[in-house]
Amino acid sequence: MNFHAITHLADGNPYLLDVNDLVVHFRSGRQRPWTKHAVVHAVDGVSFRVRRGTTFGIVGESGSGKSTTAQAIMRLVPATSGQIVFRGEDIMPLTGEPLRQARKHLQIVFQDPFSALDPRRRAGDQIREPLDLLHIGARSARDERVRHLLGEVGLPPEAADLFPHQFSGGQRQRLCIARALAPEPELIVCDEAVSALDVAIQAQILNLLKKLQRERGLTYIFISHDLGVIQQFCDEIAVMYLGKIAEQAPASTLFTEPRHPYTWSLVSAAAPPGPLRDALKAKYLVNGEPPSPVNPPPGCRFAGRCPFAIDQCRAQQPHLDAVGPEHFVACHRQKELAGPDFTLPAL
Amino acid sequence: MAPVLSVEDLSVSMTDRDGKLVPVLENLSFSVDRGRTIALVGESGCGKSMTALAIMRLLPEGFVVTSGRILLEGEDVLTARNQRMRALRGDTVSMVFQEPMTALNPLYTVGDQIAEALYHHRNLSRREANEQAVEFLKAVQIPAAEHRAKTYPHQMSGGMRQRVMIAMAIACKPKLLIADEPTTALDVTVQAQIFDLLAKLQEETETAIVLITHDLGAVAELADDIAVLYAGRCIETGPSQEIAARPRHPYTRGLLACMPHLAIGQPKPSVWVDLGEIPGMVPGLGNRGPDCAFLARCSYASEVCRSQPQPPLGAIDTGHAVSCWLAREIAA
Repeated sequence: MNFHAITHLADGNPYLLDVNDLVVHFRSGRQRPWTKHAVVHAVDGVSFRVRRGTTFGIVGESGSGKSTTAQAIMRLVPATSGQIVFRGEDIMPLTGEPLRQARKHLQIVFQDPFSALDPRRRAGDQIREPLDLLHIGARSARDERVRHLLGEVGLPPEAADLFPHQFSGGQRQRLCIARALAPEPELIVCDEAVSALDVAIQAQILNLLKKLQRERGLTYIFISHDLGVIQQFCDEIAVMYLGKIAEQAPASTLFTEPRHPYTWSLVSAAAPPGPLRDALKAKYLVNGEPPSPVNPPPGCRFAGRCPFAIDQCRAQQPHLDAVGPEHFVACHRQKELAGPDFTLPAL
Repeated sequence: MAPVLSVEDLSVSMTDRDGKLVPVLENLSFSVDRGRTIALVGESGCGKSMTALAIMRLLPEGFVVTSGRILLEGEDVLTARNQRMRALRGDTVSMVFQEPMTALNPLYTVGDQIAEALYHHRNLSRREANEQAVEFLKAVQIPAAEHRAKTYPHQMSGGMRQRVMIAMAIACKPKLLIADEPTTALDVTVQAQIFDLLAKLQEETETAIVLITHDLGAVAELADDIAVLYAGRCIETGPSQEIAARPRHPYTRGLLACMPHLAIGQPKPSVWVDLGEIPGMVPGLGNRGPDCAFLARCSYASEVCRSQPQPPLGAIDTGHAVSCWLAREIAA
């Protein structure tokens, strides 16, 4: 597909972002000076589309490639191949000023608000920085804009003159959100943005993010390992395992009719305590941990831990097939395996 | 039967820059029986970890116990001699730390680190200790335990390291195990595995467990009792089922409401409903007066709360005690 064809599609396109067969491989260190470099298959052929004004969740364990996917979309790590069509334009080949202009509409909030802010610069200056770099608004109006942004994230205007260490973890995350909002982006990637916060603060930040989405029509890519947060916060969810999407579905169907054995395992681990959870865990919770992404198994990535794996699973990679409206599953046995029965045992 | 651990009226203070004592923990009391689990729950800065360190007598420099007793099988650890403490730690009482990355020694194999406790406390030969270390690695479900015993911590994943920490802690079959957020650094499926493992080990050894966590929802299953800490004070305590079902203190209610819990098998509401939030944050050390520490964040606060100091824990039901003037009015 050439550039013009894609821009043409942008008219009335409900999708703000279209990630197409994204591959990110890293070269890792060698075992011996004379051996070859190992290749880490961090993200291995991931495709999804994000609708305007909605929240797309990515959930998975550490090493599943969810953060690398986010960073590749932000063009913070170089992708090996694939397309990232944002606002109708493939931003993958962009460099220099065009990339900078594209990033105006594309911002990120990181997990750790302690390392995401410069400890030696005042909060206001750090929120102002994207405005200065992207030449947004008149220079004289920028400080006013910073104060306005602080208000939007629930901080007093005096906060602009303080240094990061004078804020608590939750307040720092508010500063990071204000900085991300500064260039008026359309898409914000939240990479585990609430994972490092205490539960009470986490609720404050989630409510704030939803408020901003309502007011500004923002689109989010929300990355988390917490299924409870993901379910409540997201409209569509992709479950990643070892660099691939195992299952993708609207939030309403993923937790009523999950189809992938890995999703079953995640759901049974995160289910609220009770007899239902015990029954689910006994049947679906897998043991062990994901294998190394350096030499991923040739077949289905999950085959080694999957209690339902057959020979075909170990030999051949499954495709992400549609099984329902907006519901995709990568599993050879999805037709024959019945999903978990959430009504059992009767409470 | 006397409880394994009984903490009575424990207060801990920190010396600040001017040499003044700032209270960190105030009048904390709880006890654990053999084979039982108590969970200490609260946000960061509530004094959970300080309690654990006080029991182990590992408080950092500048922190002092100002009152109270900590009885471990009837023996006061606060007055015990250092030599006696060394004999107790790792044997009668042991601890699983939050960060399996920093709590293990990077220069020794994991087998050696587990064997060390056995060698010191059980007078085993090096060889016997090493053999037993492998058995404990098997007990915490580490595959290829013989091989794994000879590897170093950096060669293991976070979940594996946490299992090694647990193997180390249970090597001498302690009477009391303190687990300080043992799963926060781990993935959900591994978390579930670790909790299952702790429950299974407890069944076998009848160890009493003090579980420290910030996730009130997750502990209801593992813990028999819960003590909710806020700003260094215990504000609600009782059987875990009772607290999960009928929380009385506004802070406990807030903690339960702000946690988005996974609802499975039910359709998700089509519109976002704001999570219950607790405004503001925990008051800092030194900003805690005699008033109810939760007053500024409490949506129930009334005249009586503002005019009176924080009430002591008052029984509201069998074993269920709450430190709140309005506990009776806040219907269960």
